[in-house]
Amino acid sequence: MMVYGLCLIFFGLGLFCVLRKRNIIKIIIGVVITQYAVSLFFVLMSYRDMSNVPNHAEVPVDPIPQAVVMTSIVVGLALVVVLIALAMRIYEKYGTFDITQIKDLRE
Amino acid sequence: MMLGSNLLCLFIVIPFAGGFLITLMGDRNQKLAPYLAMGAALGQLLTAVGLAVVTNRQGVLVYCTGIGKSLVGISLVLDGLSAFMSIIVSLMAFLIAVYSLNYIGRFTSTWKFYALFLFMVAGMNGVIMTGDIFNLYVFLEIASVASIALIAFGVERHEFEAAFKYAIMNIVGSCFMLLAIALLYGFTSTLNMAQIAYVFAHSGRTNIGMMISVLFIMGFGLKAALVPFHAWLPDAHPSAPAPVSAMLSGVLIKALGFYTICRFFYNVVGVGPDILNVFMLLGVISMVIGVLLAIGQWDIKRLLACSSISQMGYIFLGIGLGTPLGILGAIFHVFNQSIGKSLLFLNAGAVEYATGTRDLKKLGGLGHKMPVTSVTQFIGAMSVSGVPPFGGFWSKLLIIIAAVQAGRIGYAAWAVVASLLTLGALMKVVRYGFSGPLRPEFAHIREVPIFMRLSMEVLALGCVLGGMFLIPGIRELFLNPAVNVILHGNNYMHLVLKHFI
Repeated sequence: MMVYGLCLIFFGLGLFCVLRKRNIIKIIIGVVITQYAVSLFFVLMSYRDMSNVPNHAEVPVDPIPQAVVMTSIVVGLALVVVLIALAMRIYEKYGTFDITQIKDLRE
Repeated sequence: MMLGSNLLCLFIVIPFAGGFLITLMGDRNQKLAPYLAMGAALGQLLTAVGLAVVTNRQGVLVYCTGIGKSLVGISLVLDGLSAFMSIIVSLMAFLIAVYSLNYIGRFTSTWKFYALFLFMVAGMNGVIMTGDIFNLYVFLEIASVASIALIAFGVERHEFEAAFKYAIMNIVGSCFMLLAIALLYGFTSTLNMAQIAYVFAHSGRTNIGMMISVLFIMGFGLKAALVPFHAWLPDAHPSAPAPVSAMLSGVLIKALGFYTICRFFYNVVGVGPDILNVFMLLGVISMVIGVLLAIGQWDIKRLLACSSISQMGYIFLGIGLGTPLGILGAIFHVFNQSIGKSLLFLNAGAVEYATGTRDLKKLGGLGHKMPVTSVTQFIGAMSVSGVPPFGGFWSKLLIIIAAVQAGRIGYAAWAVVASLLTLGALMKVVRYGFSGPLRPEFAHIREVPIFMRLSMEVLALGCVLGGMFLIPGIRELFLNPAVNVILHGNNYMHLVLKHFI
């Protein structure tokens, strides 16, 4: 049970980082942490006490979440690449990574 | 039967093939890219119409991957609602590809635009067709990544800022969605939506079900830009090039927000009065706050984007009522809004193309120089705000009548007020942009080129004739199958599970 709690704390840390940090790079790191926490949670889901698993497996672990998490990591990678590309171009245009100074759109 | 269901994968294959082909040809054959995109969209439109006819006659079509129709493989499902949405997506993709033929010449490396555009369409098609909840997430992300890149396509300061904001909010929303999928898998041990529905139908109401519902309302509500989650939309939609804004506001928020919520809550989890109340409340709040935001704007596209939030509110009020009439109104409103709002965004693009600005304070009297744009703008504004002969009026009327019938007089009153305010907001564009004396600096502007005009005229015709779809006989072909899918939510799992094993 403690594993799930730690996973939740991990998720909360990522969200905190996204919401509270002012530096764009730190926000991106927060997003990555959030994604990892969710992936970790999904992998934890594959452990079952009473699931019907193949006989040769020593511990009852369901293989589908692992396949799913592989896919979600790839999707997350694509998103992070887009975010970092955006961050680079924002730095070119604004000359700063501080989001409190990047607020042309707010009137 | 077999032929029909095997064609389902075309919805994903056609746009992806087009997109990758354009990417492979790259700079060398830039001239071909628009025609390839148009061809892909047209092929998809024909497939969508053909398969919609087949679905009408034979019921649900299911395409199973994997060995021996097992439930582990990803399945594609086409029923009335999917067919309805796929026709809208394909139609808009085609018209917008035609419009882009002239418009996108303003930018460099146009082939990237067309490739990203097709990837976005592929993502939306995947979301609409899939019968697997994790697959839905993956296609949602494909559409999101493509739309982030398209919003930043103008490579200016504002575009990057808007795209970054959009990206962060969407990714956090997606994380909540993936968390919900993890809980869902832990609870049901399957990812197939029909099987999940089966498990939920037999387990009754559980706390974990409520938790999953709340997480999904957050995730899908963010994609649909319902009010507490709307902050990204007024920045993101205006920043994209006009054809993309039309696609984002007209189709993307409906496919990624409305369709997914309908499918998940009505067909998979099953709705109770509590969830319906949440939808209605969110709908009414979005309706009022969206239009109040819209009235204050002076940027044409920003005004339209805020009005999109308001129109999503109507749709959610309709499905939240849960009565046959309310759902019919919501489905019909999706159709009218896609056409009307795309038309208005394309008009805003035409104004920007001709004059180089979209600030209403600097415009005026364009009606003298741009007669076609002026007329289509007027028709679009009338249809979106709900003035009698046009399509938008009938769907709003249905939603309001349904609200009164369900005893929700207060909600109905707010819907009427928001409708009047929408009329005011959109008339502001007509008043300041198109009527009055022509400004001297715009003495040399010309009407936009032929292909832009063509797709605007077709959409305007759609707005005028939109009400025709309610006539009995036509309604059975297009609207009723979609309404029935939502209304008889439990049928989904029986119809789909029949195709396995």
